[in-house]
Order: sequence, then structure tokens, then C-alpha cells
Amino acid sequence: MVRRLRARPSAVAAAAVLVVLALLALGAPLLSALAGQDPTTYHDDLIDSARGGVPVGPYGGISGDHWLGVEPGTGRDLFARLLYGARVSLLVALGATVVQVLIGVTVGLAAGFGSRFADTVLSRLTDVLVALPMLVFAVALTAVVPVGFPRPLLLVLVIGLLNWGGTSRIVRAQTLSLKKLDHVAAARLGGATPWRVARRELLPALAAPVITYAAILVPTNIVVEASLSFLGIGVTPPTSSWGQMLSTATTWFRADPLYVLLPAGCLFVTVLAFTVLGDAIRTALDPRESSRLRVGTRGGSRGARRTAAATTGATHTTATDTTATHTTATHTTATDTTVTDTAAADTPAPPAGPDRPTREAAV
Amino acid sequence: MTGYVLRRAGGALIVLFLLSVLVYLLFYVAPGDPATLACGPRCNAEQIRQVREQLNLGEPLPTQYLHFLQGIVAGRDYSTGTGVLHCPAPCFGLSYRNDQPVTELLAARLPVTASLAFGAMVLWLLLGVGTGLLSALRRGGITERVLTVLTLAGTATPVFITGLLLLMIFCAALQWLPFPSYVPLSEDPEQWAWNLLLPWTTLALLESAKYARLTRSSTLETLAEDHIRTFRAYGVRERSVIGRHALRGALPPVIALNAVDLGTMFGGAMLTETLFGLPGLGQLLVQSVRTVDLPVVVAAVLGIGAAVVLANAVADVLYALADRRVALR
Repeated sequence: MVRRLRARPSAVAAAAVLVVLALLALGAPLLSALAGQDPTTYHDDLIDSARGGVPVGPYGGISGDHWLGVEPGTGRDLFARLLYGARVSLLVALGATVVQVLIGVTVGLAAGFGSRFADTVLSRLTDVLVALPMLVFAVALTAVVPVGFPRPLLLVLVIGLLNWGGTSRIVRAQTLSLKKLDHVAAARLGGATPWRVARRELLPALAAPVITYAAILVPTNIVVEASLSFLGIGVTPPTSSWGQMLSTATTWFRADPLYVLLPAGCLFVTVLAFTVLGDAIRTALDPRESSRLRVGTRGGSRGARRTAAATTGATHTTATDTTATHTTATHTTATDTTVTDTAAADTPAPPAGPDRPTREAAV
Repeated sequence: MTGYVLRRAGGALIVLFLLSVLVYLLFYVAPGDPATLACGPRCNAEQIRQVREQLNLGEPLPTQYLHFLQGIVAGRDYSTGTGVLHCPAPCFGLSYRNDQPVTELLAARLPVTASLAFGAMVLWLLLGVGTGLLSALRRGGITERVLTVLTLAGTATPVFITGLLLLMIFCAALQWLPFPSYVPLSEDPEQWAWNLLLPWTTLALLESAKYARLTRSSTLETLAEDHIRTFRAYGVRERSVIGRHALRGALPPVIALNAVDLGTMFGGAMLTETLFGLPGLGQLLVQSVRTVDLPVVVAAVLGIGAAVVLANAVADVLYALADRRVALR
């Protein structure tokens, strides 16, 4: 996978940006000490109180001491605050992603591998969760938590607890199709406990889709954290965060444009890098994706949707009657299974002639 | 078809009911004593006890929840110590801040959010569906590349960044537009539109990329179908093939997505409203969260949830109307 990633220049660039960012965030105390600044000291002498607190000097008060200028209104060092903001952003986003993946995989496995009843309840729950606007609930949830609770942890928990629906859906779907494969059936017949089957037979095969999805979750989480801080219910001052800086910037953008552009730029670059990397990871883990895109003009995604429908349709039948249907499907790979199933569902198998659309072949 | 609609409505009702239980439990049982919150910071023990009685907090939980439901359906009376305050039919309680019925507070905000949502919708449909169609019909051209870049940038830019940049450019630097402040439509339609133009654009820029992509893939998909090939083989004019037959197959997903998005917007575009200082539902929710005004938060969350659930149901029905195969499943 690393090799495939390395073959894509955009992925390499995105990864490089993220490594630099991570280093900056990790070394924030060191770097700001190096600049001789810290993120919380007020510098009243650097802001022009006669003009309402605009930094003294051009470009937001950039100088040898303050590499990126100072914050309007308070005179705190912007370089240090941006660095510390990166810490919050990355920490919350990654932490929330871990929580989301843990819950999502657990629920998805339980739904896909558990009893029919458990599946119904958990899938319903997931549906509700996915349908509801997450930001609204995140905002509302912060209202009932006592003020003393550490804010970054709160953000991790709130974002993590509210957005695991996608992961669990993917894991459930994957588990349902894995369940029909030979090695899983063998393990079950061999008397392995469900826990063991889940751990030894299912989890390894789930890694690829889960990693792919987690890579997409990270940028979303960054945006959610920034949004909550922007609304004034994320991290509380004096801790700095990009979202919070942007929210104060709404009153300063006329007098000090740089104060908007710096955090906005940081946020944009970070999210973009994560998005590009996530996209590359998806392609790297699923090489068919690129070929599908090429052929996909002839209804690529429609084919995918049909397969999805076929999978759910197929599982309902195969879940009840056992071995007979399995044998037809098991010798092919997981994705090909569905094609075989659709063919088996139509009474006579259609002839695989040259005028069969390429759609099915592409999926 | 009727059966499908009924089934879908039933499902929506169940979800709504579950949601109301969940929200109620979460907010009135969660840490932090509602009576203390309702009373305010300068309350003594006796006053808190009175408020507790007023809010029926001594009752068992299911009874409290029933009262809450009863209030929504039939209205409810509150004793204010000296008199009785009647809170009419859809009653979500009284605000902790100023004892105003929550329903009134919400109703006052609704026009703002509605103006924002509908205007933005018109813009994103024009922009999104337009570009999507264009790039589907002229494949491989420059539109496709531009679209890919725009989609990527659109997903990577939160609303408040786009909004701030637009504010900086059009209000501060060029001074073409006023700094947005809400003017009711009934008062001055021209100023209404002029003031909302920037918020609309901000939302539309964010959303239209999604629509462009969906329209494009959906159109390409339909164009690749057998019946379109047949129409072409029979010599139907290309304009008619695309305008009448391809679009019919391509638009249902777009309509469905639009219904869902509109529902979400109706629930309040919190970020946009906060950024531009528009007094809509989203802004109310954010303010109430800051002041821990629980009845308002509960009502707003329930209202938003209801809007979204309803929008999803409508989207499904619309989809089924356009594509009858869905209803049969």
C-alpha cells in the first residue's frame, strides 16, 4: 500500500504537508520558545488602543519578535497561537476518529454477526444517527456537560459518539458478505466462538475498508472541531484553536485581514491534505477503483448500487438456508460473489456473450 | 404507492418518538439540576425548591415525559407564583431566561431561516445542476477538471472560511454589498434579497459542488442505459433524448438529495447564521446552548430533528414517485 501511495505525487505532497504539520504541532512549545514567545502573554504595547486594538505596524504587526504578527485586541503572539491551535485540531480530530472507529467496528460487527434482533435494533440506531445533523447535536450536547469538564476530551467524545454511523454501516455490510465465505464457515463449524471468529477471521478482512473510511473521517472531524470552536462552544480561551481565532476574526477582518487569512489558510491546507491523502489511500487499497473510474462512464456507480442491493437481497435468503447457496458463491472473491448471486437470482443464467454490458465486468 | 407512503410515514413517526424520548432524557436527566439552571445564579434554596415544584421535577420520570408530550399536543399551564401562565398547543415549555413560551421564540426565528434556506437552495440548484449537466454532456473537457478541483476545494473549506473571505472581498474591499443584516421580506423585498445575497452565495458554493457531482454521474448513468440507446437508434432528436428522456431518469436522485438538504438547512444553518449575524433558528440554538437555556435547546433540537426526518421521508416518497421500482421493494 505504501508503494502504491508513493507512486502518486499528490499523495506524497499531502503526506509531506501533514508530517510537517504534525512536527509543528508536537514541537509547539519548543518552537515558540525558539521564537521567544508564548501563546498566552498579552502585549498591550503592540496594539493601538486608539484604533480599537489593531496591531501596531504593517501586516498585523509582523516583526522580528513576532514572526506572524500579533492578535488584534490582545497582542498575543500569532505564531505561537497558530502552533498551539494545530495541536488542538489534530488531537481532537485523531482522538475522535479513534472513538468513531472503535464504536463503529464494534456495532457493525455486532449487527452483521449477531442475531437478527440485534441487527434490526443496531441498524435502526445507525440509520437515525446518520440521518440527523451531527453538528446540531454536538452543539446541544455541550450544553448539558458541566463547565469544569476538560474541553478537548469533551470534543473528542462528542464528535466520536455522534459520527460512528458510517463506519458501522460499512463494517456491517462487509461482515454480511464475509460471513458467507469458506474460511469463516469453516471456523464456525470448527466450533470457534463468535468472538474468536470475529477477531481471527473477520477483522483482518475489515481492515482495508475501515482504514479507508477512517482516512475520510479525519478531515471531517477537523472541520467539526473548528466549527464548534467557531460557534464558541469548543475549546475555551486561553487555549487557542483555529476555529476560535476565525470567530474572533469576524470582528477584525476589516482592520486586520491577515488575522483571518492565517488560521483560514492553516485550516484549509490541513483539511485539503487529509482529504487528498484519504482519497489516495482509498485508491491504493482498492486498485479496482481506478479502473472502475475509467470504465465507470458507462454507469459505474449504478453498477455499484445494484451490487449493494443484490448483497442485501442475497443475504436475507442465504442467512436462512445454509450450505446449498454458499457453494456457488464461495470460490469467488468477496466482490465477485454478488455478481454470481445476481446471476443465480435470475432463473436461467444469461449467456455471457459479447453484448453483455461492460458494467457488470467493471464492478 | 399509498401503502408505501403510509409505511414511510409510520417509520418517520417511530423515529420521531424515539428521538423525543432520547432528547428529553438526555437533557433533563443529564448532570446539572434543571431547577438551579432555571432559577438563575442568584437563587437561594427556597426559590430553587419553588421552581422545582413549578417544573414538576419531583414527579417520576415517565410522568414528567408524559406532561412534556401533553404540552406539545394540548398545551399546558404554568403557575408563576401569583397567577397562571397558559402555554398554548405546541408547548415546549418556558424559556429559563425570560419565561417566554419557547414556541413563540422559535416561531419568531423561522422566517429568517426559511429565507436563508430557500434562497440558497435556488442558487445551489442553478449552479450545481447546471455545471453537472454541462460537464456530463461535454465529457472530458475543461469543465470536468474545473469541477473536480471545485469539489475538492468545496469539501475542504468550511462555511465560515468561505463566508469570511466573501465578506472581506465584497463588503470590505469592493464595498459592493452591505454587511448582511436581516430585513424582513414583507418590509422591503429589495433590501431583503440584497442583504441575504452573501449568505446565500456562501451556502450555495458549499452545496453546489455536491449537486454538480451527483447530477453529472446520474446523467452519465442514464445516458448509458438501454432505452436511451433505443431512442437514439430510432432517430429521436438529441435535444429531445436529453431534455425529455435522460433528464427524467437523471433528476430523481438530485431531487431526493435536495429534499434532505433543505430539511437540514431548515433546521438552521448554525455556522452561516452565526457568521453573518442572522437571527435564525441556528443562532437561537447556539445562544441557548451558551446560556444553558434547556427548554429552548430541547425544542430546537427536536424541531430540527423533525425537519430532517420529515425531509428524509419526503425525499423517499419523491424518489418513489419518480421511480416506481423503489416502492415495490
